[in-house]
Amino acid sequence: MAQQEYEKYYVPDSSPWPIVGAVALFLIAVGAGNFVIEQTKGTSGYGGYILIAGFATLIFMLFGWFRNQIHESMTGLYSAQLGRSYRQGMAWFIFSEVMFFGAFFGALFYARMIAIPWLGGSGNNGATNEVLWPTFQAMWPLIETPGGTKTEAMGWYGLPLINTVILLISSVTCHFAHVALEENKRGRLKLMLGITVLLGAIFMSLQVEEYIHAYQEMGLTLQSGVYGNTFFLLTGFHGLHVTLGAIILFIMLLRIFKGHFTPDDHFAFQAGSWYWHFVDVVWVMLFFFVYIL
Amino acid sequence: MSTVTETLHHDDDHHEHHAPPAGIKRWLYTTNHKDIGTLYLWFAFIMFLTGGAMAMVIRAELFQPGLQIVEPHFFNQMTTVHGLIMVFGAVMPAFTGLANWLVPMMIGAPDMALPRMNNWSFWILPFAFLILLSSLFMEGGGPAFGWTFYAPLSTTYSGDSTALFVFSVHIMGISSIMGAINVIVTIFNMRAPGMTWMKMPLFVWTWLITAFLLIAVMPVLAGAVTMVLTDKFFGTSFFDAAGGGDPVMFQHIFWFFGHPEVYIMILPAFGIISQIVPTFARKRLFGYASMVYATASIALLSFIVWAHHMFTTGMPVFAEMFFMLATMLISVPTGVKVFNWVATMWRGSLSFEVPMLFALAFIVLFTIGGLSGLMLAITPVDFQYHDTYFVVAHFHYVLVTGAIFSIMAAVYYWLPKWTGKMFDITLAKWHFWCSLVSVNVLFFPMHFVGLAGMPRRIPDYALQFADFNKWISLGGFAFGLSQLIFLALLIKACRKKGEPVSDQVWEGAEGLEWEIPSPAPYHTFETPPVIK
Repeated sequence: MAQQEYEKYYVPDSSPWPIVGAVALFLIAVGAGNFVIEQTKGTSGYGGYILIAGFATLIFMLFGWFRNQIHESMTGLYSAQLGRSYRQGMAWFIFSEVMFFGAFFGALFYARMIAIPWLGGSGNNGATNEVLWPTFQAMWPLIETPGGTKTEAMGWYGLPLINTVILLISSVTCHFAHVALEENKRGRLKLMLGITVLLGAIFMSLQVEEYIHAYQEMGLTLQSGVYGNTFFLLTGFHGLHVTLGAIILFIMLLRIFKGHFTPDDHFAFQAGSWYWHFVDVVWVMLFFFVYIL
Repeated sequence: MSTVTETLHHDDDHHEHHAPPAGIKRWLYTTNHKDIGTLYLWFAFIMFLTGGAMAMVIRAELFQPGLQIVEPHFFNQMTTVHGLIMVFGAVMPAFTGLANWLVPMMIGAPDMALPRMNNWSFWILPFAFLILLSSLFMEGGGPAFGWTFYAPLSTTYSGDSTALFVFSVHIMGISSIMGAINVIVTIFNMRAPGMTWMKMPLFVWTWLITAFLLIAVMPVLAGAVTMVLTDKFFGTSFFDAAGGGDPVMFQHIFWFFGHPEVYIMILPAFGIISQIVPTFARKRLFGYASMVYATASIALLSFIVWAHHMFTTGMPVFAEMFFMLATMLISVPTGVKVFNWVATMWRGSLSFEVPMLFALAFIVLFTIGGLSGLMLAITPVDFQYHDTYFVVAHFHYVLVTGAIFSIMAAVYYWLPKWTGKMFDITLAKWHFWCSLVSVNVLFFPMHFVGLAGMPRRIPDYALQFADFNKWISLGGFAFGLSQLIFLALLIKACRKKGEPVSDQVWEGAEGLEWEIPSPAPYHTFETPPVIK
């Protein structure tokens, strides 16, 4: 009898966590908005503190929300159908992330294939070039903007290539961890997942190294025209996602050490691993379109 | 022993499950799709009245030529925030509210697939609009660059409040994406046994496709506002030619979001009308399968027509031709829909209850908006219409007499199911006829002033437009007042006044939601029904 009850789709009674999360996002938005204004205008205010309070609330919410869910899952309230809901939800979330990166890749392609050639006078845009910036030469990477800002182009060899190899390997180790979990080989699972998180951390520290190099030695900054803009926003948002993915996988590692997950019930791990493969694919696209081409 | 206690404990849970907690906590903590649907609908209605109040300010200023009531900068804030509120605060949440209420009941699911996230996606919305509205009181005022926030208006020439605008739009986007993921997963994963794809009610089909569009384009909007933020505050030059960017690129990115967004606001309306017309024609919907395919075609085409908003930006002629023809192609599936509704009514036993009145008004008036859209799609003539009141007339016909009328039709159609009582039919008829007449006095003359060359988004205009604008404003005030009748009716309905209704409510109504008791119990289909 009880068994049948548990087969039902689990609908939680009510939960305080979403409203806590709503307050968190509110604080983050207000804080971030004011922080940006204060930073760029040089005025003083509470933006930064509100932002920190928002993130603290968000982290508090995530702990509470996931604690509830882990408890429910471990007490067996979740049916296979619910597991499908979570997996499909995660897949669609990743699709939304793909479209988010798509906006920035779109900006890159448009600037490179259309805006810059037009400014350089291609097609019937000769007058544009003549009237606006007659000395401007269309080029990519845009190392001299129409306005005259100069910078250096980031090469693909060296750090970016090493980072590509690191991230590709991490995707493989992440997959091995997944296989190990499904085969219930916990030792190998811990090892492989640990290596994945470690590789993620190395990737991020090299990325920081690259940014320092770009800013201090190459003069490639967020302000150096659309080449720098697309470079930093694409790699920057990718870096944020790698950081988030690594934190997720690290938490999965902690949970694995606590003995969570079974060979056929490990949605959280699976979601984290999907996310990791996703940031890996984004990096490959990035490496190809931002660095090599 | 432990098994027994666990069973008992679970049974206790189960009992609590049926009675919602009392007071404010019920609404703050709820995971129930009906509660959340109600929250969405009331929020949307409050935003509709707020955005409507701003429209009243706009029409008051435009009642006469010259500057009378508000400063031009405040006028611009009103047009901007009116647009943002109506799109993101009124129409989209209203449809999400309807999806919350109806999709689980229509497919025989116990609730939405991810009930807690459902609560989250609702409750972040009021906060987003709190931020947007309070930015109006900041030094330098709120956003004043139009709801489309074109660069460089939103980058070089905007105020500090742009930062808050950007983050509030981010939250609105997060809310829409989470809402859409919930709808899509519910429909994929929670259909009752036997509810095959081609048995799904059209409202479910149209929302499934809408949800796909939302997940595809809301992140692009997030990208666009992020680039505006960095251009304005961090010295990037995505939309600045001096740095190798292009202000026109903003328009491309924005409308890549914006055009599917237009269909996000009309596809669920098509679904609603496809539910209501068969009921009151007492016939099956004509061409069910073609309706499904038409909806999918419209959604796919919506990704390749965006630049018809940009015919005057100096695109190459080839691009203008492509976007003109692709846009005209959309009239084929849309025409299929209109003809199917008409064919459904052909030789039906029609009766004209309030939902049907709104649905009929929708079919006629939305078609007017569709045809003016076809005129706007013709590149050479768009050079004359672009940024005139003709455009304003066009999109208000599709959004007010289209999307908003369909929402009102839906509320009148399903309200008795939600409350268990028939609404006040006299008030409803007053609401309908006052709205119908005033909305046409309001928007129809806009076609004429637009064709004669009156530009949109201006607080003042040339003298020859004075007479028409007086009528437009009078129509606007009348339409605004008519909505107060709706408010009165809704308050009455929520206080459960009126005649009790049967489970089926409407004589010709078919579908799972009409087989459960009226009012719909707090939890429905905890055990999925089997569809034959």
